[in-house]
Amino acid sequence: MTTVQTAAGPAQTMVLNMGPQHPSTHGVLRVVLELEGETVIKADSDIGYLHTGIEKTAEALTYSQAITLTDRIDYLAPLSNNLAYCLAVEKLLGLEVPKRAQYIRVLLTELTRIGSHLVWLGTHAIDLGAMSVFLYCFREREELLKLFEVVSGQRMMTSYFRIGGLALEPPTGWMDRVEKIIQTFPARFDEYEELLTQNRIWQARTQGVGILSAADAIALGVSGPSLRGSGVDYDVRKYFPYSSYEEFDFQVPVRTEGDCYARYLCRVAEMRESLKIVRQAMEKITPEGPIRADAPGIVAPQRERMKTEMEALIYHFKIYTEGFAPPPGEVFQRVESPRGELGCFIASDGSPKPYRMKIRAPSFANLQALPRLVERRLIADVIACIGTLDIVLGEIDR
Amino acid sequence: MTEIPTPDLEHNPVVARIRAWRSQTIAELQSFRGELTLVVREELLALAEFLAGESDLSFTFLSDITGVDRFPIEPRFELNYHLLSITRREVLRLRVLLPGESPVIASVVPVWPTADWHEREIFDLLGVHFHGHPNLRRLLMPDNWEGHPLRKDYPVEGFR
Repeated sequence: MTTVQTAAGPAQTMVLNMGPQHPSTHGVLRVVLELEGETVIKADSDIGYLHTGIEKTAEALTYSQAITLTDRIDYLAPLSNNLAYCLAVEKLLGLEVPKRAQYIRVLLTELTRIGSHLVWLGTHAIDLGAMSVFLYCFREREELLKLFEVVSGQRMMTSYFRIGGLALEPPTGWMDRVEKIIQTFPARFDEYEELLTQNRIWQARTQGVGILSAADAIALGVSGPSLRGSGVDYDVRKYFPYSSYEEFDFQVPVRTEGDCYARYLCRVAEMRESLKIVRQAMEKITPEGPIRADAPGIVAPQRERMKTEMEALIYHFKIYTEGFAPPPGEVFQRVESPRGELGCFIASDGSPKPYRMKIRAPSFANLQALPRLVERRLIADVIACIGTLDIVLGEIDR
Repeated sequence: MTEIPTPDLEHNPVVARIRAWRSQTIAELQSFRGELTLVVREELLALAEFLAGESDLSFTFLSDITGVDRFPIEPRFELNYHLLSITRREVLRLRVLLPGESPVIASVVPVWPTADWHEREIFDLLGVHFHGHPNLRRLLMPDNWEGHPLRKDYPVEGFR
């Protein structure tokens, strides 16, 4: 206990540790709260509990091997991370990916966005006492994970996007599963909204809580739906289109209130927009066509060719033993992950391993807004504010 | 492989604007894969204020700061500031080079508060000091950790 001067005179404050092992911190986050009664005077986040040195590890792997690390950065949106990394390496190499592969990438990253938002919505709701939403969200997420397993062989750590294209041709009939998702999900989203949007408890817990002004959000580097809830329409897909996003017709939901409720509405609306993109991508994906760029020595040859062609066998061996060497230089590739602006910086020194790989994690910047959100609010609002930022500690600590 | 046309660096409006402000600030211009990099000589904080404050530049959003260790090359450390202007939809990279012996650079937290954790991370993992940072402590590693793991001469094998 320490005594501080407040407007009402001297008062006693207490320092309270929230976390690192606390269910509402969505991982291993410690928040040091300085309290006056139940009011938060000051909050300070302590991170690093999940630091595994992913960036250092990447320096010892070849460009293809490092893809598996990117899944583990943001484990709720592995495909968005795969995409950022692959696009960065492709930019470094000056490699053009076939349109069909680009559309499949768009389709899968948009489904990833929905899956990630479902986890966010479910956990955010359970934090604030709405248990049933959590169960419904995870039911729907399971369908998405099953689809990822059908396509890539893995539920979460997909590593499906490879440099120059995709790992495998998606199996026959996968489009039917996507079709089923498009058909059923809008009604499910309506179901969540019925449970929450007009729910008076939900409104009381989120409206006017954790207000972030547009100027503060930009100054603190907040991006993604957390920024768009404050009235700034910055979305990398629209501002700096990548992977043919310029060919898709979709809206970027923006709200101006800047509170937890506005961010909730933005994310729910975003899930519906993502389904629109998925629908358009389905129409664009041709049944046949290349899924990998034609770049011998960089992109692995097809298995069939290796059985008849000597060069294909040699390239295959070389790619998987020594890798390939991009020209020296630095690139920074932004993509819009479910949490915001995800950047991948790669410095190449002309060797087959990335000299420096850095991930600009959206949660890393977004979490810095937490002290601003919870200032002079109650402890219960801290839970709402952590949830609304949609942080993933894996990408914060890397 | 696609050819990206080399942009006309000398006539870039941002470059021209900075040159008109202070002619000596930009030490070198680089362009790779369509990304513009300004290697900045000094006065980083003043340049940051200029880039963020002028309404026709408005680089108000700092995406990221990346530190690179070029050991054993001197100057050893390289900091890349990735800036974004939301209103003008433009990006820019600033680069400063720092010596291996006691690397210090002015903190840009007064201009972009988001730099707080980015600078702490670089201090933690690369050992670069930021002059004027409000709270320069380790961020990811434990407080009692010795050494800076992202340095290229940091041992990656054996017992510590």
